[in-house]
Amino acid sequence: MKRFIFALTAFVMLLSLAGCGQAAAGDERASTEEILEEFGLDPELFSDYDYGRFYGEEITLNVANWGEYMSINDDEMTDVNELFEALTGVTVNYKTYASNETLYSKLLSGGATYDIVIPSDYMISKMINEGMLEKLDFDNIPNLKNIMGGFLNPQYDPTNEYSVPYLWGMVCIIYNTTMVDEEITSWKTLWDEKYAGNILMFNNPRDAFGIAQAYLGYSLNTEDREQLDRCAELLREQKEIVQGYVMDEIFDKMEGGSAAVAPYYVGDAVTMCDDNPDLEFVIPEEGTNWFVDAICIPTTSDPENKEVAEAYINFLCEAEIALANCDYVGYSTPNQAAFELLDDDAKEDERRYPSDEFLIENTEVFVNLSDDANAYMQELWTQLKVDNSNVWFVPIFLVCLIAATIFVNVRRARKKKRDNF
Amino acid sequence: MRAPKALAAPYVVWVLIFTVVPLGLVVGFAMTDPDGNITLENIFAMSDYMSVLFRSILFAIIATVICLVIAFPAAYIISRANAINQSTLIVLLMVPMWINFLLRTYAWMTLLEPNGLINKLFGLVGLGPYNLINNSGAVILGMVYNYLPFMILPLYSVMVKIDQSVIEAAQDLGSNKARLVRKIIFPLSMPGISTGIIAVFVPSVSTFIISRMLGGGTNDLIGDIIEMQFSGNSYNPHLGSAMALVLMIIVLFMMSLFNQFGSEDDVPL
Repeated sequence: MKRFIFALTAFVMLLSLAGCGQAAAGDERASTEEILEEFGLDPELFSDYDYGRFYGEEITLNVANWGEYMSINDDEMTDVNELFEALTGVTVNYKTYASNETLYSKLLSGGATYDIVIPSDYMISKMINEGMLEKLDFDNIPNLKNIMGGFLNPQYDPTNEYSVPYLWGMVCIIYNTTMVDEEITSWKTLWDEKYAGNILMFNNPRDAFGIAQAYLGYSLNTEDREQLDRCAELLREQKEIVQGYVMDEIFDKMEGGSAAVAPYYVGDAVTMCDDNPDLEFVIPEEGTNWFVDAICIPTTSDPENKEVAEAYINFLCEAEIALANCDYVGYSTPNQAAFELLDDDAKEDERRYPSDEFLIENTEVFVNLSDDANAYMQELWTQLKVDNSNVWFVPIFLVCLIAATIFVNVRRARKKKRDNF
Repeated sequence: MRAPKALAAPYVVWVLIFTVVPLGLVVGFAMTDPDGNITLENIFAMSDYMSVLFRSILFAIIATVICLVIAFPAAYIISRANAINQSTLIVLLMVPMWINFLLRTYAWMTLLEPNGLINKLFGLVGLGPYNLINNSGAVILGMVYNYLPFMILPLYSVMVKIDQSVIEAAQDLGSNKARLVRKIIFPLSMPGISTGIIAVFVPSVSTFIISRMLGGGTNDLIGDIIEMQFSGNSYNPHLGSAMALVLMIIVLFMMSLFNQFGSEDDVPL
């Protein structure tokens, strides 16, 4: 009994302590400087934006982002969501998705409410066209001034009302120098018989067709059926020598030396090269896809959270936060203030920060294709993936089915006979 | 007699909300076009994907047969062991299932890669490297590995109830081992076999993650194609639902066919 009372007292005390902690937090928030210093950041580099205005309101902000696309859960780096929570008192509910299309269907089916999403360029224009994005109030996002001029008013959001660029990159060829002797310069390597069985390819139609289009010199946004057919033919030729179609599985496969060459995104190539020094990557001379992922607020978000969401966008545009994310993810930042804080190595790497001329001359941004072209590309892709030379599947299956039917009936007849005796 | 019926209410509500309504939605989506008009076009479009559908079924049948061949003796041995060994063996069987299915499949990737553990071992004795992953064999291996316990467990739970005296009686009457298995053990384990076959075949035929991870995207199954309709380039829940519907009907047909010859063997004791 004594022990029980002791436990009870301890429990009550604990409760009251927790209550105290909460009350203290609700009443007075530590100053921004103190919080930043606690997180090891330099308050000088932070804007004087009022992050404290939501304090004590018990708001939950729902954020959806690509997997491994924000500096969180890494002991050695700033956890940006924790910092935002400390600054604002808002709880961040962070979720991840695997592709633009998954995000799109989640938003469309109404299965999830997100206040912040970070889709890519072509998906943003599709969402704008379909009225799925909220206009942003830039009075709440003064840090837009940090974004490089070249990233404002982009093709996917011409009036720059719906999105704030987050990270960007290009598609490159990553290769293992122990398995490749020559210097790779062209997409044609991905069709080179020499590497048969050692080539990996994108497992999504838009990126896979994008490579065929770049190789053939077509626009990456072509809707011409003949050109798409020609690309599909090329991809079918390639299928014979491809080891596998992958997305994030590529990290294990390239780092483990299971494949020689593969196309992938530059930022991820940087990460892979860090983990395995035998790897190298190159931007092919035929040109490539330049992509931008930008922060948006969907119309299905909670309207009461819009201002917090905008504060979050502003927060992600703070120099040191953008830097932390850029360091963690490995992609390039569109944030001038963060760019200036980067190491010289990264700044001068033309594969990560190419000149404006290079971007204009050698790269193309995906724009949203018409539903018709999208459906046609999907159809070609499915045919490519499904297509197999083995014509025996259908007959074998039918024979099995017929055999099973005969077997059942013969047995039944026999049994009947037996029962009759 | 009313009270026991009322007890089923939570389950009935559960089935209504999570099985009947979604099935209705699948049928609804399959039979309409994006503008909401009723159409059979989605079902007709399925004909382009018949080869992949048959491939999925063929793979699932192969996996089921292999599972049965492995599981039958395994379950028999477990069921005839003494009580302590039995529970140990069953726990050993269950332990891998505590680990997430996705992780176990990832582990197979690390094993089978051209640079993976198995090829490294072969390399030590101067063999290989062999091409073990990204082919249909790897996909079937993944299915067998992941779903084998679903075959062993029902078989075991039926076999453990076979009275040892029945087996001894057969042996006393001069039955050899093959005959014993064919005439006594096999018919008596039939309920376990049919449960096991359903438990292995149904998840195998609809899997998409095993074929993606171990087949490397070069051996797509119907599950992958269905998934692609929802998260691929063009969001087309109508075609996706039509595919799911056709798959469901074919599987139902095969199950009923199988159950028919399963029930023939209900030997009354």
